[in-house]
Amino acid sequence: MSGFDISGEAASIVSVTDRVREVAVGTPVGAVHFLGDTAVFIGAEENATFVKPDGETSTVALHGGAILSSVTDGKRIVTGGDDGKVMQLDAGAKAELIATEAKRRWIDNVALHPDGAVAWSSGKIAYVRAPKAEEKFFEVPSTVGGLAFAPKGMRLAIAHYNGATLWFPNMAANAEMLEWAGSHLGVMFSPDNRFLVTSMHEPALHGWRLADSRHMRMTGYPGRVRSMAWTAGGKGLATSGADTVIIWPFASKDGPMGKQPAMLAPLQARVSMVASHPKQDILAAGYSDGTVLMVRLTDGAEILVRRNGTPPVAALAWNAQGTLLAFADEDGAAGILPL
Amino acid sequence: MTTAAALSKIPVTVLTGYLGAGKTTLLNRILSENHGKKYAVIVNEFGEIGIDNDLIIGADEEVFEMNNGCVCCTVRGDLVRILGGLMKRKGKFDAIIVETTGLADPAPVAQTFFVDEDVMASARLDAVVTVADAKWLSERLKDAPEAKNQIAFADVIVLNKTDLVSKAELLEVEARIRAINPYAKLHPTERCKVALADVLERGAFDLDRILEIEPEFLEAGDDHDHHHDHDHGHHHHDHDHHSHGLKHYHDEDMQSLSLKSDKPLDPAKFMPWLQQLVQTEGGKILRSKGILAFTGDEDRYVFQGVHMMLEGDHQRPWKNDEPRESRVVFIGRELPEQAIRDGFAKCIAQ
Ligand SMILES: [Zn+2]
Repeated sequence: MSGFDISGEAASIVSVTDRVREVAVGTPVGAVHFLGDTAVFIGAEENATFVKPDGETSTVALHGGAILSSVTDGKRIVTGGDDGKVMQLDAGAKAELIATEAKRRWIDNVALHPDGAVAWSSGKIAYVRAPKAEEKFFEVPSTVGGLAFAPKGMRLAIAHYNGATLWFPNMAANAEMLEWAGSHLGVMFSPDNRFLVTSMHEPALHGWRLADSRHMRMTGYPGRVRSMAWTAGGKGLATSGADTVIIWPFASKDGPMGKQPAMLAPLQARVSMVASHPKQDILAAGYSDGTVLMVRLTDGAEILVRRNGTPPVAALAWNAQGTLLAFADEDGAAGILPL
Repeated sequence: MTTAAALSKIPVTVLTGYLGAGKTTLLNRILSENHGKKYAVIVNEFGEIGIDNDLIIGADEEVFEMNNGCVCCTVRGDLVRILGGLMKRKGKFDAIIVETTGLADPAPVAQTFFVDEDVMASARLDAVVTVADAKWLSERLKDAPEAKNQIAFADVIVLNKTDLVSKAELLEVEARIRAINPYAKLHPTERCKVALADVLERGAFDLDRILEIEPEFLEAGDDHDHHHDHDHGHHHHDHDHHSHGLKHYHDEDMQSLSLKSDKPLDPAKFMPWLQQLVQTEGGKILRSKGILAFTGDEDRYVFQGVHMMLEGDHQRPWKNDEPRESRVVFIGRELPEQAIRDGFAKCIAQ
């Protein structure tokens, strides 16, 4: 078991707030993704707002209600809604219906595979549709909390109550269940495919080393972890949920076991979102008071991107090149920082 | 900028009741009556509601244990998820109704509002409303522990189908209810015809609205008390404790226990005692509530709890004309009455 204690300390901050291009999405935002250099703000309901590099914005209708989940592979975005629909958006702002749940039940989670397969879940059932293959589904014992494809091979992790199930949609063999008591919500594979990590309903993460299913318990959070991001190269897992960014070390074969996490960018507010720079040891963090910071992992140096005094930051993302950082708060006040 | 909508929490009414009591009838009334409000409804038996509403959500009643290894500390995992999704549609509805299955224990629903930070930030539990069948409740209280739980847990009881029973039978079932839960508001109805203001926006879990803790049947002027008066004087004389003619029953395993002190309590003794009590006996205690006068404290202190989960706060200054009296009530199963009374007595400041 690993744990940490939080002791905050103030740091002097360089500001780039004057370089941020403000974006008025106009409605509450749940997530942001990049398709190339176009930022796509996913509304809490109904629409997505595309913001091109030249600042031109357009709105695309997606769902007939709340947008419950979204994911991107950089080329497309897939969303799930409370209208029972799975939708796909491409860089040309074209929306396409991928699937409709028969009873119009909520699509709670979506995931994308690098090879183009799409997964979604509704209730206890996870679905996978791969290119040129039949749609397949798998039922777990309780409602699916989260979905993630492994970085290699066709393997889907399904988080649920009392553990996570590893399902191999292309194999007849039984799925593999990783057990740990409690409700598991978010789920992620490490980029090197060695670890699986879940965020739990209680304020903790749980991890398994996939080679031997060895447990890794990561605790100490004052609040639930809603946002997780692997740092560049997959050496660490940055998380929200505390008054600092918590980064668990995953470089060694034992993962974070017996080690202290790094604690960076302390503020008098809870970290609500984290997003890792795709290439450098830099992390963006959004806070419950609306602050957005960039933090250098090597020395903890901070740069202020957005001041506090708004609702929590609800969306945060880098483009693939790491030259643009987009963010939005819950009410839809958004911005893009070119670097 | 924080909008007013973000600050005001959405009220959530929990609608319980044994199979066939009339929950769906009440729900349909709430949804179809012209009150100008829009409700999001979380239901179990999808399709029973004949009203088209895109805010009717099917739920699976997933009861999750918390990781403290205690069987009474549970939350509704599906509710956490559904409320999270519903909050994305803030502004599209005014209140939420959670309908449970006939066999459900209301505690996990209520406890979700005591422990989940997201739920607590956006929604508030308004009241547990239990629909009971006047004809069959007495039987169900004998053979269905779920039915007893739902009565014990209720803030409001809609005693439905009174047209199917005689006056004497109605008195009988009311007395059975009061033996378990003398504090709930009780509304005898036909076809769930109850004023919606009597079941919605009750603020039963609002600490600011805990005004007094008195058994309902002692309150004067309650407009359905006349039911009892009819039989006054010639009905079961030998068992009567109350002038209203209501029979006094003692339920074998579910009771309420009321404690009272007109001397102030010592907070340094009471708080640890209460914490300890719910830690050790919380599995038996379904609901608890208290108004407390502490030594050296000009404010009323109020608390409420569900099983082991407690919340409490200073409420307001005691008024000059108000007796500084402490009242505590527990409703539960096989409560260790003498131990609780002794423990409470030791909290009275010397
Ligand atoms: Zn418990």
